[in-house]
Amino acid sequence: MKKILVACGAGVVTSTIAIGKLQEELDKRGVPKDEYKIDQASIPEVPSMADDYDLVITTTQYKNPNGKPVTNGLPFLTNIGLDQTMDEIIKHLDLKPTK
Amino acid sequence: MGLISESLVFPEQTFANNEEALRFLAEKLNAAGKVHDDFFDAVWAREQKFPTGLPAGKINVAIPHADAKYVKESAIAVATLAKPIQFHNMALTDQELPVSLIMMLAIHEPHGQVQVLQNAMALFQDEKHLAQLLAEHDAHTLFADLDKTLAGISLDQ
Repeated sequence: MKKILVACGAGVVTSTIAIGKLQEELDKRGVPKDEYKIDQASIPEVPSMADDYDLVITTTQYKNPNGKPVTNGLPFLTNIGLDQTMDEIIKHLDLKPTK
Repeated sequence: MGLISESLVFPEQTFANNEEALRFLAEKLNAAGKVHDDFFDAVWAREQKFPTGLPAGKINVAIPHADAKYVKESAIAVATLAKPIQFHNMALTDQELPVSLIMMLAIHEPHGQVQVLQNAMALFQDEKHLAQLLAEHDAHTLFADLDKTLAGISLDQ
């Protein structure tokens, strides 16, 4: 089970949109739902939570003080470069798309 | 009732800067009883820390918002701008973007509004549709279009 954390400034609006899109794209690629879990946070919560996650996606500019790589989640809002971001996420998490 | 109402749609507005624009929209939401008195302060504080300018293409938009606790009842206020004003880019926060449409989101329960928010994002990617909205002078027509678009009803049908 891979754990994904999606964060935005307040942990309310843009992360909700990004999670909706991420879920949709994972479903579209036929990634089994039991392979991953998605949680939501605000940016200030990220440093204390990031260690528990395999991947952190933020919709705003953010440098992780823990040094873990952070994925830019803007493509989930704008669709620009979305396929490339999805390919990277799937590769990074070693997920198994069936479509 | 939808999240958007005609009394919260403002075509062809002119503002000196983004603070003035956000104050205007926040005050309208407050007057309509949708948000608490400190909503503007929360939105403005958030905008400076986590800007909401969205690089959508030729026509950029901003989606200012604040934490759910400042909201009484979910609502969306929209202004189209006669002249673009500068917002900072959400993804590259030291970069500025000329924004022509501001959609202020007062969201009380985000997970109940995912579809509306996604419909808004789809609109922001539709340059032609955005251009039509910017050309609209009349609040009622602008409202009717936005209302349908956010509800996910295609206008082509």
